[in-house]
Amino acid sequence: MSTFAELLLNGISMGSVYALIALGFVVIFRATEVVNFAHASLLLAGGYVTASLHDDIGFWPALLAGIAGAALIGAAVEFLVMRRARGGDHSVLAIVTIGVDILLTTELTRRLGTDVLALGDPWGDAVLTLGPISLAHTRIAAFVAAALLITVFLLAFRYTSWGVAMRAAAESPETAALMGVRLGRVSLGAWAVAGGLAAVAALFLTVFPTPGLERATSLAAFKAFPAAILGGLDSTTGALVGGLVVGVTESLATGYQSDLAFMGRGLGDLAPYLVMVAILLVRPAGLFGTKEPARV
Amino acid sequence: MGGGTRGSPGGSPGGSASRSPGGTSGGSPGGADLVVRDLSVGYGPVRALRQVSLEVPEAAVVTVLGGNGAGKSTLLRAISRTLSFQGGATTGGTVTLGGRRIDGLAPDRVVAAGVSQVPEGRRVFARMTVADNLRAGALGASGGRVERAAALRRVHELFPVLAERAQQRAGLLSGGEQQMLAVARALMAAPKVLLLDEPSLGLAPLMAARIADTVREINAQGTSVLLVEQNAALALRLATRAYVLEVGEVTLSGPSAELAASDEVRRRYLGVVDEDAAADVPGLTPSMPRLTRWES
Repeated sequence: MSTFAELLLNGISMGSVYALIALGFVVIFRATEVVNFAHASLLLAGGYVTASLHDDIGFWPALLAGIAGAALIGAAVEFLVMRRARGGDHSVLAIVTIGVDILLTTELTRRLGTDVLALGDPWGDAVLTLGPISLAHTRIAAFVAAALLITVFLLAFRYTSWGVAMRAAAESPETAALMGVRLGRVSLGAWAVAGGLAAVAALFLTVFPTPGLERATSLAAFKAFPAAILGGLDSTTGALVGGLVVGVTESLATGYQSDLAFMGRGLGDLAPYLVMVAILLVRPAGLFGTKEPARV
Repeated sequence: MGGGTRGSPGGSPGGSASRSPGGTSGGSPGGADLVVRDLSVGYGPVRALRQVSLEVPEAAVVTVLGGNGAGKSTLLRAISRTLSFQGGATTGGTVTLGGRRIDGLAPDRVVAAGVSQVPEGRRVFARMTVADNLRAGALGASGGRVERAAALRRVHELFPVLAERAQQRAGLLSGGEQQMLAVARALMAAPKVLLLDEPSLGLAPLMAARIADTVREINAQGTSVLLVEQNAALALRLATRAYVLEVGEVTLSGPSAELAASDEVRRRYLGVVDEDAAADVPGLTPSMPRLTRWES
């Protein structure tokens, strides 16, 4: 039972990190209707900035720099690449983001090489023990930080002018433009916010018990894909639920791997995708996604 | 309003015609004349407007009549600068507001300059609450918090139902209420000129009459209105001046009372709608379906 509780708590913690990443996907998708495949490289970039600065300026300033850096790179991608092709086909733009991802990832892997960088987080490998359950401090921090950020984001989305503009633009860009919403700004903001969230996620993907920031970190970011998709690509609630579902599934599948040996090893990596497929079979638009009647 | 038209449909155009100029255009050409000169618009190789010129004097109601595909909505899009969403572009001519050119501006600058549009088919943000729709309408306004509060009071006075339904999703409103919301949303930017694209489209007659009342009231408060309509009877009652648009060109223009009396307009635009006008034209009806007058 205590194993189960431990796995569940760890899963929720990882899930909240995935939710952060998925939220970035959703924000960009809602603002621009583009699926951003460059998200993993934004995450890697944010992590890299933090990792390379924390020795000199300390962890917290480095984290802020990482967030700002990833936000800046996101904004730059929007401004330099996506904006040139705005009004173009959304699927073409999605493919453009794959190109951006390849460029960014290539440069970052060149810099990282085979290194595994620490991000200098203050939690180290400390473990909190509550009776039979033990939980790494990093996992608790991840959950608290993610919950906090997501709450702030959702409140801003709901109550600020920025949020109103975002939602209006998501629903109908043309009508939003008639209201005086600057679509360029909305999309720029979305990319920046997504970058910032990804940088925070990068931190929690690389802390204990993971060894640190390495090339493979961006692969971990891809687990947020099924999270965003199974929740519904245009739903913020969906991103949160999807993140948790993926986190818990992964954690349980990894934890009980020995009991599921008949399915082979590495089930934990696969499980999120299985869940995604299962959910999409029943609800093609995802759990909270808008069913879009195709108009021809 | 319903009562007024029912009682004296014949007298009604004269009544409104004398009312608008009396209440408003005493101030002669001033800061908010909307002037369109030789405007040409193309969607790719297709020419949608050819050298269209028209004028909306300060605080007047002007209507543009025309059938489907005449270019009415294109005209409004060209003024609001949202043609690019439909793949169109202006190819010549100018649009000025109070002497200042607004035909090179971005859509948000047009709104800030004082021209707001209520698009065809209402286009309320269905997934957002009524209150948030109104907030979205104020995004392009140049004023601050105080002006926004004043604008909100004004639209709540005009449409008390919107205050009652503030927290309801706009998609759940009735068609008439959605049209009210669309008008209110445009008014949130405190425009000098309000562009209305077929506000009576798809509404029950009683609701169309209420919208007409509202247009009068908005105008009486000093906002000029450019009304695009297929419902000529309604539009000619509201406006002081009318233009007829056919296949992208202005074919007729003049004071609406004159146009309402002209055989051409009566036959084409009033014949089937307005029983009295139809009755005045001998030998007209056999070929056309005769609709009974809405309100009666």
